[in-house]
Amino acid sequence: MQKTRSVSAIIAGTVIDHIPAGTALTIMHLLRILTHQYSITLGLNLNSHRLSLKDLIKIEGRILNASERDQVALFAPKATVNVINNGVVAQKIKLKLPQQIHAVFPCPNPHCCTGFEMKYSHFFISEFHKKILLTCHYCEQRFEREQLKTSI
Amino acid sequence: MTESLSHIISISDLNLQQIQTILHTAKQFKQQAPGSLLSNKIIANCFFEPSTRTRLSFAAAAARLGASVIGFTSGADSSIQKGESLQDSIKVISHYADLIVLRHEQEGAARLAQEVSAKPIINAGDGANQHPTQALIDLFSMAETQTRLDGLAIGFVGDLKYGRTIHSLVQLCALFTMRLFFVSPPALLLPDYLCDYLKYNKIRFSFHERISDILEKVDILYMTRLQKERFAADEYPLLKYKFILTADLLASVKPQLKVLHPLPRVDEIDRTVDSTQHAYYFEQAANGLYIRQALLALLLQ
Repeated sequence: MQKTRSVSAIIAGTVIDHIPAGTALTIMHLLRILTHQYSITLGLNLNSHRLSLKDLIKIEGRILNASERDQVALFAPKATVNVINNGVVAQKIKLKLPQQIHAVFPCPNPHCCTGFEMKYSHFFISEFHKKILLTCHYCEQRFEREQLKTSI
Repeated sequence: MTESLSHIISISDLNLQQIQTILHTAKQFKQQAPGSLLSNKIIANCFFEPSTRTRLSFAAAAARLGASVIGFTSGADSSIQKGESLQDSIKVISHYADLIVLRHEQEGAARLAQEVSAKPIINAGDGANQHPTQALIDLFSMAETQTRLDGLAIGFVGDLKYGRTIHSLVQLCALFTMRLFFVSPPALLLPDYLCDYLKYNKIRFSFHERISDILEKVDILYMTRLQKERFAADEYPLLKYKFILTADLLASVKPQLKVLHPLPRVDEIDRTVDSTQHAYYFEQAANGLYIRQALLALLLQ
């Protein structure tokens, strides 16, 4: 039987696989890949053994650094990041939930001293009853991941 | 050896040993006046938000230890008015003074100040977040009146959602094997994150709707103010009576029960309670001096 790919291959860049279905657009926003002219292939609601349905992002010419991988992991803790070189997988990185995240999301508490300034934003990340929670280093308030502002 | 204290920002930064050192030092200072331990030191009282008790008791504590006090009493007479950031103000003041006592309306301000300050910071209240020195005073008063902390039953009454003293004190109580009772209107329950924190620390707690349900079970009754503006006009008079303590209610309580309140009180503790053996809120306020003396001495020596 012929194996077909539902999204086309890339030569050099990054493939983010095993993204929970419905989360790929959030991750695209977070990584700000739309603001540059990368070739992007997006797969939504693909069949998956592990997740039953998954999203997938392929970015030609872009390698994610550790901080960017942490941002992806916050929304897709079970994702795999494949680094592609000359059309083959050069490195396969299984993500895990980071313990802290800096300067990515402004604190949702309007009374927090960080005053929506991203440069001070600093959250401690924890998992409680299957929810991903972020506690602000400054105002000590705790938020659910879904309360973060992720659109540009 | 106790890890030495460098700042007092949040109860969550303190370990049991440090808390015991603070309580022990305050007890010593209460028994015998410590004298001029800080005679060549300068304390900056930086109150960006108005306060009476906290500010005066810090000033008195510093003066009794022989330190000089500088500072301001509201954001209006500081250069905040000119648009200076908190970080810049603190950086500058930390070169004038040996220690900064900070009250600010923004949550997390003390933590932010600590990061830029060359000198120790004491958080004297940051918005609805923390008021760690008040919580230490409350704990000191509990230990003083009950001779122990482990195994105590504590009742918290009033606004448990927005009261920062409650938040800091509940975190402190979780370090001891206490049984906690929470009495509040449904709209002012203890925040979820604190409930989770108590569960995580295996502390037993329960929720109640009226003060009379728990009175006979507790060793300490911690009362707080119910703010009228948080309720609809017709709701307040009905609710109020479930959360008001009167001398009649104290008829069949444990003999060692003490009533605490961070003050100012409005009408949640009836004045008939003042003359009973259970009233301890004015002594509790007086303890503020010893705890603050202890903190200043421990941070500066």
